[in-house]
Amino acid sequence: MEARVSVIEKRLKNIKRIISVASGKGGVGKSLVASSLALNLANKGYNVGLFDLDLYGPSSHVILGVKGQGFPEEEKGIIPPKVHGIGFMSVVYFTEDKPSPFRGIDVSNIIIELLAITQWGSLDYLVIDMPPGIGDETLDVIRLIKKSEFLVVSTPSKVALAAVSKLLKLLKELKIPIIGVLENMAMTKSSFIQNEVGKLGLPYLGSISFDKNLEESIGKPDRLLDADFMKDLDKILEGINL
Amino acid sequence: MHEWALAESILVAAVEAAEKEKLKTIIEIKISIGELQQIEQDIFEFALGEIIKSQGGKLKNVKTIIETEKSTLKCKNCEHTWDFSDMKKKLNEDESEAIHFIPEVAFVHTRCPKCGSPDFEIMSGRGVSIISIRGER
Repeated sequence: MEARVSVIEKRLKNIKRIISVASGKGGVGKSLVASSLALNLANKGYNVGLFDLDLYGPSSHVILGVKGQGFPEEEKGIIPPKVHGIGFMSVVYFTEDKPSPFRGIDVSNIIIELLAITQWGSLDYLVIDMPPGIGDETLDVIRLIKKSEFLVVSTPSKVALAAVSKLLKLLKELKIPIIGVLENMAMTKSSFIQNEVGKLGLPYLGSISFDKNLEESIGKPDRLLDADFMKDLDKILEGINL
Repeated sequence: MHEWALAESILVAAVEAAEKEKLKTIIEIKISIGELQQIEQDIFEFALGEIIKSQGGKLKNVKTIIETEKSTLKCKNCEHTWDFSDMKKKLNEDESEAIHFIPEVAFVHTRCPKCGSPDFEIMSGRGVSIISIRGER
């Protein structure tokens, strides 16, 4: 009998809200939205954690400028190191950022181990940066983190929406709370995504314009907080009381 | 000292199982720890003892037996099999420590010793599990 799963609920007990930033599609800006959401909330004075669950291609550490941190401190488990005021946990502390060729069963075991040994303490928000798709990580979050809500990211593209709508339909079928769909990298005025999300009976949260200067803020949380991307995100968060 | 977190997971799982089986007290828990976890057994035992002492209840008089599950790794590419002692020879201290935290990062820091493939399988020797629980109704 696997023992680690039983303690996960206890580890997450003192977290008020858990928000998984997800998408059916890769490359839509999930990590940027997740990291920016965490930074935004921490900047407003909330106690925030960020958990990068993209085990193959973690990138939140790149966005937050985390380098050569070493292993997290141990105290009855592992303590997420503070990065710009955010308790940040990622597999990169253990992989030295080397290629990570994991199969599904290994992904599940890593998620279980990290959830069982990470001591988040009391948080207002835990933001989870999800990998793309509806594979192991998504299924494990649904199975192991019962109180997670999903914030889903799409781009204006029909191609992105085709994959994103599969995630949305699955979450709806499983009655998982969906905060809504955020449209990222908008370049022209179009109501395509808004209409499609409406057809699924889900909230459309708004759009973030393509920010051509955003790359200059990567790895620099202070600049990211001032970026146009963050201003658009902030308006969306205001609309959903975050 | 993440041994504490794992010890706690054992006891939470045991109490949960005992409640399901309507056991009034738990007499014995047999625990299996994968070799790849490289658990420091004295720390793990200390943590078990401390948590049992503070929690009492069904666990008040429990005896814990810890077994280590030997590791076997098998290459999906060439079918070669090996174990952690073979693997450890090629690991530096940090890589070994990383595997201690998360056994699956073995796929990141090691390769099949015969063909060099990263596509191998952990057949046994990871995780923390309960083999059996004995108690009284």
